[in-house]
Amino acid sequence: MIRQPVHQGRLKTPFHSRLEKLDFVNEWHEWKGYSTPDSLYCSELEYFAIRNATAVFDLSPMTKYRISGADSLEYLNRLVTRDMGKIKPGRVAYAVWCDDQGQVIDDGTIFHLREGEYRICSQERHLEWLQASAIGFDVTIKHETDDIAGLAVQGPTSFSVLSNMGLDGLGDLKPFGLTHFDFQGSELMISRTGFTGDLGYELWIEPDKAEALWDALFEAGKLHGIRAIGVHALELARVEAGYLAPYEEFLPVDETVRTGHSRSPLELGLEWLVDFKKPNFNGRRALAEEKRKGSNWRLVKLDIEGNKVAVSSFIFENKKASKAAIGFVTSAVWSPVCKQNIALGSVRAPHGKPGDNVWVEIYYQREMHWSRYMAKATVVDKPFWFPPRRSATPPGPY
Amino acid sequence: MKSYDAIVVGAGHNGLTNAAYLAKAGLDVVCVEKNDYIGGAAVSRNLYEDWWYSNCSYVCSLLRPEIYRSLELHKHGLQVTPYGGSVQFMENGDYYGSYHDHEVAYREMARFSRKDADAYKRYSADTMRQCRFIRDFLLSTAPDPTSFKPKDLMELARIGGKFMDMGEDRMYETIRFWTMSVAEYLDEYFETDVIKAAMSGSGIIGTALGIHSPGTAYVLLHHYMGDVDGNVGSWGFARGGMGAVSNAIAGALQAAGGEIRTEAGVDKFIVKNGKVSGVALDNGDEIHADIVVSAMDVKRTFLTCMDKSDLPKEFHNRVDNFKIRGSSGKVNIALDGLPDFPALPEGSSLMYSDMHFIDSMERMELAYDDWKDGRWSEDPYIDMVIPTLNDPTMAPPGKHFMSCFVQYCPHKIEGRDWSSEERDAFGQTVINQISNYSPNFKDLILHAEIRTPQDIEAEIGITEGNIFHGELTMDQLLFNRPIPGYAQYRTPIGGLYMCGSSTHPGGGVMAAPGANAAREILSDLKRPNTVPESFGDD
Repeated sequence: MIRQPVHQGRLKTPFHSRLEKLDFVNEWHEWKGYSTPDSLYCSELEYFAIRNATAVFDLSPMTKYRISGADSLEYLNRLVTRDMGKIKPGRVAYAVWCDDQGQVIDDGTIFHLREGEYRICSQERHLEWLQASAIGFDVTIKHETDDIAGLAVQGPTSFSVLSNMGLDGLGDLKPFGLTHFDFQGSELMISRTGFTGDLGYELWIEPDKAEALWDALFEAGKLHGIRAIGVHALELARVEAGYLAPYEEFLPVDETVRTGHSRSPLELGLEWLVDFKKPNFNGRRALAEEKRKGSNWRLVKLDIEGNKVAVSSFIFENKKASKAAIGFVTSAVWSPVCKQNIALGSVRAPHGKPGDNVWVEIYYQREMHWSRYMAKATVVDKPFWFPPRRSATPPGPY
Repeated sequence: MKSYDAIVVGAGHNGLTNAAYLAKAGLDVVCVEKNDYIGGAAVSRNLYEDWWYSNCSYVCSLLRPEIYRSLELHKHGLQVTPYGGSVQFMENGDYYGSYHDHEVAYREMARFSRKDADAYKRYSADTMRQCRFIRDFLLSTAPDPTSFKPKDLMELARIGGKFMDMGEDRMYETIRFWTMSVAEYLDEYFETDVIKAAMSGSGIIGTALGIHSPGTAYVLLHHYMGDVDGNVGSWGFARGGMGAVSNAIAGALQAAGGEIRTEAGVDKFIVKNGKVSGVALDNGDEIHADIVVSAMDVKRTFLTCMDKSDLPKEFHNRVDNFKIRGSSGKVNIALDGLPDFPALPEGSSLMYSDMHFIDSMERMELAYDDWKDGRWSEDPYIDMVIPTLNDPTMAPPGKHFMSCFVQYCPHKIEGRDWSSEERDAFGQTVINQISNYSPNFKDLILHAEIRTPQDIEAEIGITEGNIFHGELTMDQLLFNRPIPGYAQYRTPIGGLYMCGSSTHPGGGVMAAPGANAAREILSDLKRPNTVPESFGDD
């Protein structure tokens, strides 16, 4: 018998048939082997679904692992830098994990599904690292990326949409909480999490029920402006919320060839996630040393004057750029909701303290001709977009 | 007899490269070659009807792009086309394919082990880090660590600096990497036997070492550090066969005013008072020059073509003990059509890839055991390609040329010369292994050229037919290559230089030894340098 080759093209997510129906522009790219839309009809309008109504984003390709067993908590505490003991069942934690040199492998969310049972959800794939870190722990690690379909349902009317679906009791769910519902005989897990910095939820279900869930959701959202969105719109919201993206704000250290091109959590503004009170976790010694000596880099959020987007810009100490650049922009957008020219960047310490002024070299093109100018930027410490509705419990009806 | 500024002995790619850079500097240069064709082991031979065989080297990746560009090899007919992937046929009827596309490659690995698939990125980054470290030194002369010359000290400082930049843990890793075996290295990442077997091949190709022998991890790197158009690790075919490489360099040499003389084998270097003054040819002619450059391997240069009395005793002993062992053979086949590989689904992209027929680390090691006993491997490691799937110029339409690199194959059979029956039996071993996976293969064979290390030595001149002109182990690399104290292309004989693959950075059709030697010669002559600098990375 001839063994058929592994699938040679892009895979389709469990929601593909539904996305396809709403797709008018045929702009797709690959995300961990799956086809995912850049845009479905118009990125600008899709973005406003996030900020003005309800946006639905298919995040099924996110990597997922199920962690169970008697030592689950001890294992996770060894793996990640924060104290997972504080994350009770029904809660979700944003976390980073590092190698022994304290360099970030990846960030992600860890769902405490039930007592002693967790799900790690991340951008990258880490089975090798998760298994290597499990030595000595009574723990089972199951790769379940393809067993769970996921939808982000984000925006001010998202609570109304989900309530309309008959999901009673969702109003009590606080940010970073999770709860389970029955959906047509299957378990639907809903967490109040997201990548948009707005009121929003993420829905997790077995792939067989994915289409039915989509249909029920869109039926319930019909009168609340529900729209499917692609990655471009999400990316805008992500930068406004000040969230990090792998390959943009950091490079996973296990893929980094050049020493010094990876980042530690301290260099990414994630010191609040590093709990030195824990006696042992991967990277602890190196991070303690870094804390004592000082970090090389600092992640900055920049509020930049003017309206020209600082894509791939160098960052300087002064307007004349007379000294070497102190860093570079990693993500930059014009924020439609804040009407602000914003960016995330990486600068060499001790530059980039909140309130500091730096200068950003911006190249821009107008009708073929390129121009360059230096724009003054202020380092800010809060997310650009942080509306009260994001944490209001119960959320408003809108 | 006419005299020249410089004579280069051997018109392989390194000899031609060396001569081309000397000629570009205005030297009156002749490159002499014993055969009636040029190219040495980078050659396309018309051995059967309208077929052109890359009958020694067969793929191209390490050829330094700086040389390609500065000699304008594209203007002299060279075109290198990348190809992708490889396949490992398995005894159980399955196969392991390595695909060009990352996600497809991931899925295929995950079919065997998801852990291995996830480990690949770490393996790839760690290996690439070593590549980056070494690539920068390929087009430079290895510094002498005992020297206090400013040039050596500066280069040592540069290497030291790059090394320190890696950081403490990666410095340790690097030192381990340079001395460990390919099997141990792969064990640190992968658990699947067939995946490790597939990757280990690059650790032993061209060496008389097994996958468990120390130093083979570096050999893996040697096959990984090349690039096609900046894609490090990619391999390509030279359009028209590997002779296109040598012919293009020869074109550049001639364009710069250099001469090539074929059927001009060197009998002896003429040495007077510790200085070379020319060469005596096999036909009795003499050619004179104050500079003579040997592109031959270090053993042939000093043990065959030189009077023992002209050499310092210790140097002679070192050359005598230089490890250059025959370990691989070649079977080149003209095919009446494309063989079927029924294990592969119709239209599989793997048909265009490198093919291998060993699926376990144990079989890899057993193949080596046969060599240690002085026999060819009964179950050999074959690196098989069909360049005519990509290249329309090497065989008539619909017909194919198949190149089989075969390891292991000893220089002598149990200590004695090969008989023609044994050579045929060696070829048959190779054909049988492929036939196990391709039922119609045997019927398509129109002609086969079977080359043992002894045949390669007899024809090309390389001692024991070793493709790298000497083992690529740490004791014979960098400032140790070929002989400590003589790693900068100079020899104990005044005016005599080395530029073959026995010198840094070794074999693999890089052309770097030839270019590096030219830079040193021009420096000694106080002539302007014509050899390009490394493109660098950062």
